[in-house]
Amino acid sequence: MSAARGGSAMRLRGLLRKEFLQIVRDPSSIAIAFLMPVFLLALFGYGVSLDAEDVPIALVQDAPSRDGADFLASLRGTPSFAPRDAASMAEAERLLREGTVSGIVRVPADFPRRLREASGAPVQVVVSGVDANTARLVQGYVEGAWGNWLAARAARQGQEAATPVDLQPRTWFNGELRSRNYLVPGLVAIIMTLIGALLTALVMAREWERGTMEALMVTPASMTEVLLGKLGAYFVLGTGGMLLSVAMAVWLFEVPLRGSFWVLWACSSLFLLAALGMGLTISTLARSQFVAGQVAIIATFLPAFLLSGFIFDIGAMPPVVQAITHVVVARYFVAIVQTLFLAGDVWAVIVPNAAALAIMAAAFLAITWRKSRKRLD
Amino acid sequence: MTASDAILEAAGLTKAFATGDRRTVALDAVSLRVRPGVVTGLIGPDGAGKTTFMRLAAGLLAPDAGRIAALGLDATRDSLRVQASLGYMPQRFGLYEDLSVAENLALYADLQGVAPAERPARYAELMHMTGLAPFTKRLAGRLSGGMKQKLGLACTLLRAPRLLLLDEPTVGVDPVSRRELWAIVERLVRGEGMSVLLSTAYLDEAERCAEVVMIHEGRILEQGPPSAVSARLAGRTWAVARAGTRHRDLHAELDGRPGVVDALVQGEHVRLVAAAPGLPPDVAAMPGLAAREVPPRFEDGFIDLLRQRQPAVARAARMDGGAAAAGAADGVVIEVKGLHRRFGDFRAVDGVDLTVRRGEIFGLLGANGAGKTTTFRILCGLLPASAGQVEVAGLDLRRAASAARARIGYMSQKFSLYGNLDVAQNLAFFAAAYGLAGAERAARIAWAVEEFALAEHAGQLAVDLPLGYKQRLAMACALMHRPEILFLDEPTSGVDPLARREFWKRINALARAGVTILVTTHFMEEAEYCDRLAIMAAGRILATGEPAAIKALARTAANPEPSLEDAFIALVERPAEAA
Repeated sequence: MSAARGGSAMRLRGLLRKEFLQIVRDPSSIAIAFLMPVFLLALFGYGVSLDAEDVPIALVQDAPSRDGADFLASLRGTPSFAPRDAASMAEAERLLREGTVSGIVRVPADFPRRLREASGAPVQVVVSGVDANTARLVQGYVEGAWGNWLAARAARQGQEAATPVDLQPRTWFNGELRSRNYLVPGLVAIIMTLIGALLTALVMAREWERGTMEALMVTPASMTEVLLGKLGAYFVLGTGGMLLSVAMAVWLFEVPLRGSFWVLWACSSLFLLAALGMGLTISTLARSQFVAGQVAIIATFLPAFLLSGFIFDIGAMPPVVQAITHVVVARYFVAIVQTLFLAGDVWAVIVPNAAALAIMAAAFLAITWRKSRKRLD
Repeated sequence: MTASDAILEAAGLTKAFATGDRRTVALDAVSLRVRPGVVTGLIGPDGAGKTTFMRLAAGLLAPDAGRIAALGLDATRDSLRVQASLGYMPQRFGLYEDLSVAENLALYADLQGVAPAERPARYAELMHMTGLAPFTKRLAGRLSGGMKQKLGLACTLLRAPRLLLLDEPTVGVDPVSRRELWAIVERLVRGEGMSVLLSTAYLDEAERCAEVVMIHEGRILEQGPPSAVSARLAGRTWAVARAGTRHRDLHAELDGRPGVVDALVQGEHVRLVAAAPGLPPDVAAMPGLAAREVPPRFEDGFIDLLRQRQPAVARAARMDGGAAAAGAADGVVIEVKGLHRRFGDFRAVDGVDLTVRRGEIFGLLGANGAGKTTTFRILCGLLPASAGQVEVAGLDLRRAASAARARIGYMSQKFSLYGNLDVAQNLAFFAAAYGLAGAERAARIAWAVEEFALAEHAGQLAVDLPLGYKQRLAMACALMHRPEILFLDEPTSGVDPLARREFWKRINALARAGVTILVTTHFMEEAEYCDRLAIMAAGRILATGEPAAIKALARTAANPEPSLEDAFIALVERPAEAA
């Protein structure tokens, strides 16, 4: 029995060495494991932003006035807008239709007069609803700017502003309201899904396609050993991808890591096991790289992207879709990483989500193990 | 061992596969015994059930009925123990192409539990035996086809198994490597007393086995020593010629006559297998015929057995060569000068000169990777040449590729058919693709269905057709527009010998109608059907000429009647000796 165990160790070592040699020599593995993370992080860290910055808007004054010019000047000072002046409302509407600007702020001709009346002065804001997110932001910013301007004007005149409620907002966890701060941690989940599920499904399918699986099967190596070899190698690769993403998040994008690194490590490992389990499950069903790739993208990557709460808030989804998100493994991990990065070690969030990850990892690995027999049919 | 002296024994073995709602019986109540200490050949065409049998023996598949025992163990129930004690080399051996030769060996040594202390000596022995010693650092993906097969064999032999299963180890391998592989197998059997079961579709390899099992469509035709198979044919095999008649015309006259089991163009004469000893009276009565008895070959016996089950369809192939072909006589239709084609720094075609005349069957013979397919694609205008002149049907391919393409037909190695279209739809598509319309299109489709006997399969999807029918359909599609030149790339690889004969009958009929035919092949015996041959290796043409002339190049005192394979090997090895 001890001889058999020694043989098993030898076989496992041989399989692991083979996997690492293949990873090192196969440019596509390296690309998915290291170049993709860098690309995605750069894209989401620098390119994609859900904040409004330099939103082009048109400013229209129906009749020039000192007050009107003063209010519009307050919009020019903010980093949120890239304003341009339009000679008339007609021109501004043309710009909006052409998509040159995303909104119009119009100061009507009777603005100075009505400003002094009790009912207050109107400012017209027209926003392009094509991009609902930007539209809401423009609306919100202009409203804010209007309030600020009124308050400042009142202060200049030594009066109290006539605002019924004094709102003093305070933002927790992400004080600067940088969307990067919650996008980048969520990316760790996306990247590990890529390595764990997509890459693993592909390399297993490759063994079938190239006929190496048949040769492995007639050796004394058991299917469990073959699976452990793959699991071991891609676990290490996935951990590498995770470390790379966390390092870039913390040092390049200056996202704060408020929780414990070791808790992050442990939860990532759980998630990685679940992702690897999904990849291996796919590969027991799909024996060609093409099919395995398609299935992995549709069943793991896209849900991780869209349904995990990485970009789109799960609470805002319709109830049916919310129910579906419960089977998306990445959902639990995204909740954990966003909490660990921005809030800290909040055990009430971490423990139940980590438990869900553990259950799913166990389930997928059990399916794989049961499905793989040393038989070709 | 058990009371039975067989090292591998199958009884009533049945295995079927289901794809969709179709059920294919791969093995149908197969019983056989493999004797220890010899090479047993499992011989049959593609789809005969060879690979299924091998996988059942290795415990990779479970039979639907019957049982199979290897080394006294039930291969299905005791599969792990069986796998631990036999060696199995699948058809495409699982070499890791991005691992080096030494790393592949180390992996399989780990997996098979070879003790580290024994390894250096075993590696050295295997590398010496396979001639791979100078290449241990090379990546497996960079090895030639023959070297890959030898490395696969070495990996299988690491633990010196008592029973070795080799699934088509020589398919697609160049003749030199094929000979070396056989030498290794024979050494293992003689030197180490290993028992070997080897499957092959090459009938000429049967004669090297101590015993053969002939398998066709999942059933065993016969089992016994190969000499017993050919012995039944004593006095029945003849070489026939007639002065003043071209061998091809003579073949058409002889084929299908009463008493003739098989007729085959072979070099300058026609090889004939008679149904009974002696020349069939019907043939003997033909005037001016010179007939000489020749020793029977294994293939003759195999055909004889097949014909008993499946009588030949006595119908003459009716081929028309199209209007263009009937015109000019012996003119040159393909002229190639100094053809080069590079892919990166790899020279796939490295200075090829060819001249092919109208109505000729011209063969390009070479192993996989010799540059045959690349040459073909250039001639068909599918691939531009890196350098050199190519004229096809009098048109310069550089300037008038599409005009030249309209006059050629091309049948590719993989039979480019649409698998999810049925036979009639494939025909209609290719007819439309070649610009046929209206009555002409209908007439050509009707001709194809009749000539290739496709009517009963008309509604079947191409992917579900038996291999022989796929080949017929592909050829029908290539002939839709009555091309004057027909390119056939490895047209018969894998099809059974009867289908191959039928195929060549059609080719002969086309050539007699004036169509020029270029064919690539790695079957040496098939090259004998050609009028002229070019032997290719590493992108160059080593020799061009009639089969008889090429064979004569290898004639020595020791080997007064060399085969084409002997000639091929002599030509390939010649530069090495000179250097």
